[in-house]
Amino acid sequence: MNSIANGILTRLARFRASVLSNYLFILPALAMFLTFNVYPFYKVLNMSFFHWNGIDLGGGTFAGLANYKEALLEDHTWWYSIRNAAIITVLALTLQNFLALVLAWIVDRGIKGGQFYRSVFFLPPILSGVVVGLVWNWIFRGDAGLLNNVLDKLGMSGWAHAWFSDIRTALLSLAVVHMWKGFGWGFMILLAGLQGIPRELYEAARVDGANEFGIFWKITVPLMIPVFALVSVLTILGTMQLYDLVVVTTMGGPSGHTEVPMFTIIRELTENHRFGYAASLGVVFGFILVFVSLIQLQLAKRVKAE
Amino acid sequence: MSGCKGRFNTGRNEILIWHWMTDRHKAFEELGKKYTAETGIKVVFQLIAPVEAFTQNVSIGAQTNHLPEIYGILGDTQIKASFIKAGHVLKLDEYLDSDNGAWKIRFYKEALETGYFPPVNEFNVPQGYYGVPIDVMTIPMIYNKKLFAKAGLDPNKPPETWDQFIEAGKKLNQSGVSGFVSGWAENWLVYSMATDLACNVMGLEKMLGTFRGKVPYTDPQWIEVFSAFEKIKKAGFADPSIVSLINKYAEQAFASERSGMTFNGSWAVNVFEGMNPNLEYGVFKVPALGKKFPRTVWGAAGSVFHVNAQSPNKDKAVEFLKWFTAPEQAKYLLDKTKNIPATKGLEKSFSPIMNEFASVTENSIHPSRFPVTEDPRVIQVFGKGIQSIMIGEKSSVQVASEIQDAKEKIKDIGR
Repeated sequence: MNSIANGILTRLARFRASVLSNYLFILPALAMFLTFNVYPFYKVLNMSFFHWNGIDLGGGTFAGLANYKEALLEDHTWWYSIRNAAIITVLALTLQNFLALVLAWIVDRGIKGGQFYRSVFFLPPILSGVVVGLVWNWIFRGDAGLLNNVLDKLGMSGWAHAWFSDIRTALLSLAVVHMWKGFGWGFMILLAGLQGIPRELYEAARVDGANEFGIFWKITVPLMIPVFALVSVLTILGTMQLYDLVVVTTMGGPSGHTEVPMFTIIRELTENHRFGYAASLGVVFGFILVFVSLIQLQLAKRVKAE
Repeated sequence: MSGCKGRFNTGRNEILIWHWMTDRHKAFEELGKKYTAETGIKVVFQLIAPVEAFTQNVSIGAQTNHLPEIYGILGDTQIKASFIKAGHVLKLDEYLDSDNGAWKIRFYKEALETGYFPPVNEFNVPQGYYGVPIDVMTIPMIYNKKLFAKAGLDPNKPPETWDQFIEAGKKLNQSGVSGFVSGWAENWLVYSMATDLACNVMGLEKMLGTFRGKVPYTDPQWIEVFSAFEKIKKAGFADPSIVSLINKYAEQAFASERSGMTFNGSWAVNVFEGMNPNLEYGVFKVPALGKKFPRTVWGAAGSVFHVNAQSPNKDKAVEFLKWFTAPEQAKYLLDKTKNIPATKGLEKSFSPIMNEFASVTENSIHPSRFPVTEDPRVIQVFGKGIQSIMIGEKSSVQVASEIQDAKEKIKDIGR
């Protein structure tokens, strides 16, 4: 009886030691996660319930849900900035990713100079947003802009105007700059996805008499669904958090027509010194992003299952 | 947190200075080295740019009690007041008044008042001086003399009235350049010109009455101010990109002689010299829109350094600032950066163009000297409104009404 009890106790001790050592191994990662993710989120959430200019001692005055009320119901500028970001996001999800897919598909087919194109297409994403903004500002300028000069040379001077200053074209121009800068990411991820598809599947389909469109539609697209989902989520997150290009090209103008959420949040912090309100905008924005990403992933799962 | 000593607030023999002035950083560093050589006290100028990053750093420094010995505060008077009330800014009266006020009389009065709170102020800050001015700026209109002559305008007679300004702009436009450019994507620049016009039309007191909430923005005189921008729009001579230009691009457009007039600050002397040393230009006040009140210019205020009241090195920091603002060092900065110094007595060293900038500071205004300031959120709606007028989206009456709505709403929400 004693030996059985001893055996159980020894096993229990070993189990405890093993569990303890397992926890010890994850402790550094857990500590980092708590320090750099959970605690800042808690602080932002906490701050969002206060009126605070970021300087006054004592962390400001308790505001209850006033900041959220203002953000959700009263601040039209904020929702207009979300609308602007949503438009750019839709354009990026469709045009930018379509372009990225077409180019990745072409390069995947082993065209001559594929390595060169890979490098060239990946150049815009690694350039600083400030540099890209400066270059495109010069292209879209109203007086000495490159685009207007080209239009003039082509006899289309009637089309020339100040692209960033006209409310009909300002947001679209900003979207063009953003998509130009961002399509390289999608290109690289989609290309990696395409190259991960076993070649035998294509060969077997060809032997069975499938044409190129059929191969693409029946083999490439279904196998690429997880990659499309990843690219879409990254596109949404990247585009909705657009900031640097806006500062360098339009400063949110003309008259707020190119303001985006990050621009609004940072302005509340640095110009208006409303830390509590900026925190509430950050929380609302974070939930919107999580919500949209979850929908995106669910849609991708459903399409894949079908 | 507020009770513990910050990282920078240890008792080391070093003065750390945070600033945002990219154009002056090298000259600052040279002076820092000179001071170290003379006194053995290490001086470190830390440049934090752009201004958004600087503002964030200073705010975080205040929140965590990690401010350096000397720093700048970029923000409206209410923000400066918050720093003072939180105990982050040293009151300088006793230092300025010591030795029969030897340090105090070194500065231009208006420049020193940039860091001054009067006995009665809406922020409840104890009366006193809380900042040391380094230089002063002024933001007038600037015109290209060569382009004026080419357009058939007298290069020695810049516009004095708004109608003359409109006519000059049209003529410049007809001669193949844009008549006027400015970085009006940046709110403060639009706002400063509009407040110059407002002072000219209704006088300073009435304008301050608006800030106090006693005169609405829908007042006919405010609408007259907004209509001035409508006139620019209708005349069609401004740079087509004016509402989406940041000031740096506007400076480039003017320096490269693509525009005949601009609204810009005295710091542009240094900028233009770097971009186009042969640029021939002159300075004039924002043209008169009204007839009753004088023309004003934003100015006689500029970069101000504050001393961290919680630093054990605060006395050393004050001593350094005394040395830093002495005529010899001020002259060095003047030569290197072409900014008008806050220290008096160097007028003979001004270049002719700097003298022109200095000469328009009569009747200068600046929010840091106003007893009451406008809420930055109202200023944002104000700037956007003028942008809307400039692109033909809204009328001056609509804009006035929107600004007033914003002011009333903000009064309810609070900050």
